[in-house]
Amino acid sequence: MKNPYLPISMVVKKTNVETTDRMLRTLELSFSNEEDAKSFRFIPGQFCELSVLGKGEAPFGIASSPTENGSLKFTINKAGVVTTALHHLEEGSEVGIRGPLGNAYPIDLFKGKNVLVIGGGFAFTTLRSLIVYLLHPENRSKVNEITVIYGARMPGLLLYKEELNQWEKRSDLKLVVTVDWGDKDWKGKVGLVPNVLEEVAPTSENTYAVICGPPIMIKFTFPKLMTLRFPNERIYTSLEKRMKCGIGKCGRCNIGPLYVCKDGPVFSYARLEKLPKDY
Amino acid sequence: MDEYDLFAPVQLAEGVSVFRKIDHPDEVDLSSANTQKPAKELFFPQSEVMFRYEKVGKRNQIVSLDEENRERILFGARPCDIEAISIIEKVFVSEEYTDVYFLDKRKKTTLMGLGCNHPISTCFCSSAGGDPFLRAGSDLFFIDLGEAYFVELLTEKGMAFHQNKFFKEADPRDLTLVKELEGKAFEKVGYTIPVDGIEKRLDLMGESLFWDRVHEICMGCRICTYLCPTCHCFDIVDEGGHQRGQRVRNWDSCLSPLYSLETSGHNPRPSCRERTRQRLMHKFNYFPKNFNQVACVGCGRCILYCPVHFDIRQAILWTSSKRPKGSERGVL
Repeated sequence: MKNPYLPISMVVKKTNVETTDRMLRTLELSFSNEEDAKSFRFIPGQFCELSVLGKGEAPFGIASSPTENGSLKFTINKAGVVTTALHHLEEGSEVGIRGPLGNAYPIDLFKGKNVLVIGGGFAFTTLRSLIVYLLHPENRSKVNEITVIYGARMPGLLLYKEELNQWEKRSDLKLVVTVDWGDKDWKGKVGLVPNVLEEVAPTSENTYAVICGPPIMIKFTFPKLMTLRFPNERIYTSLEKRMKCGIGKCGRCNIGPLYVCKDGPVFSYARLEKLPKDY
Repeated sequence: MDEYDLFAPVQLAEGVSVFRKIDHPDEVDLSSANTQKPAKELFFPQSEVMFRYEKVGKRNQIVSLDEENRERILFGARPCDIEAISIIEKVFVSEEYTDVYFLDKRKKTTLMGLGCNHPISTCFCSSAGGDPFLRAGSDLFFIDLGEAYFVELLTEKGMAFHQNKFFKEADPRDLTLVKELEGKAFEKVGYTIPVDGIEKRLDLMGESLFWDRVHEICMGCRICTYLCPTCHCFDIVDEGGHQRGQRVRNWDSCLSPLYSLETSGHNPRPSCRERTRQRLMHKFNYFPKNFNQVACVGCGRCILYCPVHFDIRQAILWTSSKRPKGSERGVL
């Protein structure tokens, strides 16, 4: 019988410091074993448990898209013991991984619809996975308009800057990047995500909204989506809670009868509304 | 019998009884109404190595542990503890992910339940859906008739013992005695705690003032969750260093502030109020929603061993309008 607690082996292929404060680092990992590479199938929105043996294990959303074959990307905020150990890994180091875990963004529902992606800060990781997936030539025609609103506190704290520049040039994606405070080189928008959303005012008709960011951003963005007449059933978000096992056994990530690890991390607002505010 | 390891209650010190592997029959001690530590320990140990690792060259080699090779007998577990094992099994063994550590031990164990002739004042199993002589879950069921045990072989695993040389055909008069003992035990344990319908009642109490009051005397020591036969939360930690070590899981408790504390400093359950609510809601509302059964078997350990006399029965009563007279002044 398969033991779901045993990590498989991956190797750090590339690391990249994303932000000027050096707190966010992207690890690109490749599978050590051919069979694992073949059997690992995921959908944007899912997550993995990454291990540095001796330090521990922690959950991270998959930042790469299933359309980017052969490797996985994770963008890690240096915050505690495991994340610091992950930051210290060199290229060629081994990482243990369990996954993919959890549900995913409801990409089947997006077919024939507009997709509005709203992201804030370093919560942009699985949203990147979703955007890259939707922009893939095989998938782009399946959805209508894609609008992305992405904000960070400062220009230096934006993730995936090169990609943002490429997306900016595309005609099949409307990208609005904003920062709370600009600097002398910043030529883009300055303003908080909820206000920028109001300004951009995307249609709610035939549109799904996916929103991911710090709680304070979500708190103020949500009323704006209501004003734009997005129904709760068409607003999705991805939650984080302290986790250990990632497979619904160890208990700690529950919100009412649901577990963020196995019933989430992606929830619609219609579903969240019925749950206790235990997050 | 030689091919089995036998686990039964032993007394480590006065009042401290636990299930341990038995090497000599004299070690077995069935004098207490129930063990202090529940039988869950045999399937879900307080601390358990999940795997070991060792660095070989540049790579880590993960060594999963040898499976339990020998068959085991759990003897002398009360019906509440046996029922609790099946409750934990509902979580640990599911279609998508199976906790192999638990299942391996569960599969290799024959459960020999023991009827409760003398339930004590903290027992409320019949209110929680069980009873002092509940056979469900046991492979063999033992009833103490004083001079001998009345034994029922209930499952295929149990039938394997039918040729045991210690067993002989029961006398029809024994059956009458069994009925008598059952009747007495039922009468003693009673049916007084309104567990029925509690899920629905709690549905309406998510933000009730009830929670402001119910947690007040709890000091968060967590003993109720560790000694609870159905509580199954665990923490996972690495022990060791860069070169070699092991990943271990340990019992954890939702009553601990660290349990849900996030690295950012945010804690979704910041005070004892939210944590007490989680404990009670999980047992009587969330778990029933997922598995159609309350996650409480009425063993009464949380009442018996609470240092501040928090009584879960009182909390259950308070959710109900059918409160016995005077209960509003009860200790909670």
